[in-house]
Amino acid sequence: MDSSHDPHPATQDGAHDHHDVSKHVKGYLLVGALLLVFTGLTVFLSYVNFGSSKANIIVAMIVATIKASMVAAIFMHLNSEKWTIYRFLLLTVFFVIGLFVLSLLAFHDPIRY
Amino acid sequence: MPGFRKRSIRRWNPPQHSFSNMEIPYTISARPDTGLWNAKLGIWLFLASEVMLFGGLFSGYVFLRLGSAPGYWPHGLLNVPVGSMNTAILILSSVTVVMAWASLKMRQFTRYQIYMAITIICGIIFLAVKLAYEWPQKFVHFGAYIKPAVAEKYEDYLGNKHLIEKGLEPRYEITGHLHEIEINRADADPAELDTLIKARGLEVVKTEDEGKVLTLKVHSPSDAVALRDVLGVISNPDEPNPAKRTRKAHGVKIEAFELALDEINANPTSPENERPRFIPRSLSEKTATIHMEDIDGDGQAWSSFEPRHSSYFAVYFTITGLHGLHVLAGVLVFCYYMLPVSTRLYRQNPEHLANRVEVAGLFWHFVDLVWIFVFPIFYLL
Amino acid sequence: MATPTTSTHAHGEHGHDHGDHHHELGFWQKYVFSTDHKVIGIQYGVTGLIFLFFGFCLMMLMRFQLAYPGEELHFLGLGRLLAYFFPTEMPKGIMTPDFYNSLGAMHGTIMVFLGIVPVAFAAFGNYVVPLQIGAPDMTFPKINMASYQAFFVGGVTMLISFFVPGGAAKSGWTSYSPLANVADHPGADVIDPATNLVVSHVHMIFNGQTLWILGMVFLITSSLLGSVNFITTIIQLRAPGMTWMRLPFFVWAQLVTSVLLLLAFPPLEAASVMQLMDRVAGTSFFLPTGLYVGGHLWGNSGGGSPLLWQHLFWFLAHPEVYVLILPGIGIIAEVVANNTRKPLWGYKAMVMAILVLGFLSFIVWAHHMYLTGMGAKVSAFFQTTTIIISIPSVILLTALMISLWGGSIRFTVPMLFATAFMPEFGIGGLTGIPLAFNAVDLYLHDTYYIIAHFHYIVAPGTIFAIFAGVYYWYPKATGRMMNDTLGRIHFFFSIIFINGIFMPMFIQGMMGMHRRWYDGGLSYPVTSGRVVLGYSGTEWNHVISWSAWLLGVAQLPFIFNFFWSIRHGKKASINPWDSTTLEWTAPSPPPHGNFDHPPTVYRGPYEYSVPGASSDFTPQAQSDAGIPEKEHPPLEPATA
Repeated sequence: MDSSHDPHPATQDGAHDHHDVSKHVKGYLLVGALLLVFTGLTVFLSYVNFGSSKANIIVAMIVATIKASMVAAIFMHLNSEKWTIYRFLLLTVFFVIGLFVLSLLAFHDPIRY
Repeated sequence: MPGFRKRSIRRWNPPQHSFSNMEIPYTISARPDTGLWNAKLGIWLFLASEVMLFGGLFSGYVFLRLGSAPGYWPHGLLNVPVGSMNTAILILSSVTVVMAWASLKMRQFTRYQIYMAITIICGIIFLAVKLAYEWPQKFVHFGAYIKPAVAEKYEDYLGNKHLIEKGLEPRYEITGHLHEIEINRADADPAELDTLIKARGLEVVKTEDEGKVLTLKVHSPSDAVALRDVLGVISNPDEPNPAKRTRKAHGVKIEAFELALDEINANPTSPENERPRFIPRSLSEKTATIHMEDIDGDGQAWSSFEPRHSSYFAVYFTITGLHGLHVLAGVLVFCYYMLPVSTRLYRQNPEHLANRVEVAGLFWHFVDLVWIFVFPIFYLL
Repeated sequence: MATPTTSTHAHGEHGHDHGDHHHELGFWQKYVFSTDHKVIGIQYGVTGLIFLFFGFCLMMLMRFQLAYPGEELHFLGLGRLLAYFFPTEMPKGIMTPDFYNSLGAMHGTIMVFLGIVPVAFAAFGNYVVPLQIGAPDMTFPKINMASYQAFFVGGVTMLISFFVPGGAAKSGWTSYSPLANVADHPGADVIDPATNLVVSHVHMIFNGQTLWILGMVFLITSSLLGSVNFITTIIQLRAPGMTWMRLPFFVWAQLVTSVLLLLAFPPLEAASVMQLMDRVAGTSFFLPTGLYVGGHLWGNSGGGSPLLWQHLFWFLAHPEVYVLILPGIGIIAEVVANNTRKPLWGYKAMVMAILVLGFLSFIVWAHHMYLTGMGAKVSAFFQTTTIIISIPSVILLTALMISLWGGSIRFTVPMLFATAFMPEFGIGGLTGIPLAFNAVDLYLHDTYYIIAHFHYIVAPGTIFAIFAGVYYWYPKATGRMMNDTLGRIHFFFSIIFINGIFMPMFIQGMMGMHRRWYDGGLSYPVTSGRVVLGYSGTEWNHVISWSAWLLGVAQLPFIFNFFWSIRHGKKASINPWDSTTLEWTAPSPPPHGNFDHPPTVYRGPYEYSVPGASSDFTPQAQSDAGIPEKEHPPLEPATA
């Protein structure tokens, strides 16, 4: 447990040791290719008429969220991060959603007289 | 514990000698209980604040779009193929930056340099496309909003009857490339006006009303703005305050615009130009004339596609501008990691350099993340 | 076991500069471009205190106008001096309404962003937090220096704004659109009110309101850099044995404050960029369609929303007010525990309360916007969260008060300010509760009641906490004690006059007197006519103004004491207050690196009067409390 005598203590992120990183390289390239495919998909889907412009917005946002999740989880190593980081990110997500939802609520709920 | 060091205090000296070898721990190795090294926590905290920043901007976007009256939120004004290509370039750079970091972790220095160089080049291409092509294009494109009350006059270019029949949003904007404008020189200073015309290389096509009304060929909307801003002296002898009897004000009145129409206004009833879909703004062969008295906002609602043209452009330029600044910052940091000072660090402590590149890479991925949302929101929707 | 690797490793592990260990640093590296957290803390402290004093002077000017509306400022020829430098704003020494508005807007901005946050959060935080957790410095010393420099640039920008054509920002510290967009808009004429002639032109960028926005961008950047540093330092650099529940409460307060700054400031940065674009690029993020200014249609595209600015502004500004008070509560907690010679009552409850308070502070902001035409659903939501947030506040205050019970109280100068803090903060907090209700706020919004409410929290609240902190930590920073008698004079006169300022404001507010009025309520018969306790609303202005000026005089002993004691104060021992926390084990002042080896923490932060111990305080780093072994075996440092 006492790491003070180890002249070159390995980083505690076991998943990113010298050998392990090479395992992830294929993953990075695969995700990169997928992202390009999804970009094309986004453009294609914008031509498809899903009924209303609201529906198109929802479809586009779903595809964007999938792409963003891939970047965050794989490229930014969020799938194997530490709990401290997760805690701060969860807080942030909660507050961003709060900002959106509550301001929109105020927008949609004006005084009616 | 060392005791209080007596010294005569002649002038206050902030402590500078360390009688310890206190270095800041956990800059490279992780702290056991949190599992993090300092900069990793630091960059994630910074990214959390950036999420709130772009969140605030996007909430502005939502507010503005929801608050816009029907027909006033434009679509299809941005070049989708160019935007898609830029998106692909940014995604590629994301891949290469994580490969650069992986190469460092695997101690393959040449590979690292190659991947990093590609990342930088991609970043520069992204910025170049934006600053040298996309943005300048906007400043030569012209648009004018027609007063809804007189929109029928321009039905050929707006096609509102057809749109309303189909239950779609009306159109009030006519866009295209400005060719000619008709001005009334009124009280304008003649010398100043002539200098301006010569300086900008404008051609006088027609003169009417004893030289008071001119029709000029212009190159871009900025010419029209320059003409409108020509000052003249206006005198009002009835004004009680003598200091205000003569004053400078706009001396030129613009009477009409003639422009080459975009496809959407040339064939407004074509199903190709209906929402929801991407509509390119390509030029047609048709031209049209718009009279100043029909322009909304007391004749002020015309301009190039600059930030003040509409809320859409305001938020587009703000978000892409801020995003572009972040891209530039990232490119500069990456350039620093290619310099000899960083190569030296690799030789002394490769893990330290790998950590620094990881931190910069995280920032770059975030920038890519933001673009993943910006692209569909502005280009496609 | 969380043992940091330190002196056994010469290189390879740590990113510390090797240059500045064993040679003299030049003047610039020592005093101006230092990366040492203590120097940066003092830089923040001195700069912040100067700005606090400057903001106070702005207020004293305003109070003259309110007490003697329309009269020439004849105090020591000050009116004529100001008329010389600001001919359009104070012609012949009489304040114009525009200048009054500038003073009001800048008083608020300077006190909040250039005064309290830099002193209570950045100065005390930078100096004390690394020492209290046993760290050698902050995790990112260079970023720390950058944050001070950004703050300095922001402050200078704000000061410059007084001297540009058109004057400083006039639209309140809240900078509401559309007024903030059109006030002194770039291109406007500046007209001399006496002659009605145009004297100059308001410049595109260098006009007061635009400089205000630019200054805010710098200040926000400074806060963001600082908060990243604080959070990382507190999480990563705690000494061995310093578990979360052994942290001094001051460190908890700084941690929560940093998180508030980190996550709440960016939307205001976004909004500031948008307002800047509105002023300089002609956009209309916050300007509605069909806006008429001075009879002419404002030529922007329209389609914007003034409410959007308010949402984004208050999303920050509400957590900001907690940023203003929490470091103060942290300081008071330290002073109280130390001067009652017993542990804080309810430490765990206080920690829970401050965490909940921080979390809730993000979802209460629209209680500042009750009068914007909110419907029942959304206003019900915000009323509920606002009432709920009063609970952790009360828990914090109650715990501090109960901490006094059964204590062996020493009324040192810091303790005087700390005990005064409690009822004053109580008044401020409790007068906020009626405001949580939409129905009551309809009447009280934008009245002097509001001014009294929030000033009770920041003035006899945070500023008293700042004074307590200065008197308390001065011996650590300088090695000398501040003069006790001057401190007591400072305290007694301050507490009297500060209440003289703000208590009557509750009365004025309930009478209906509006804030931000240049004429002090004269034109409104309700406030100038009705009499309460012998004075009309406008007559109360005399009481308030004189209290304000006398409060200014009462600060002179403090200012003198602060500088005089650097050389002539009584020399202090390493731990003059007999305190338990870690900063008192380092030399006074601590050297670069703070401790010669990382301290190990064996116990909680407030082990005063431990039964059976050899002295009435047991420092955190002391392993043996002097208690006979068979009763209490020596403690082992816990795993982090």
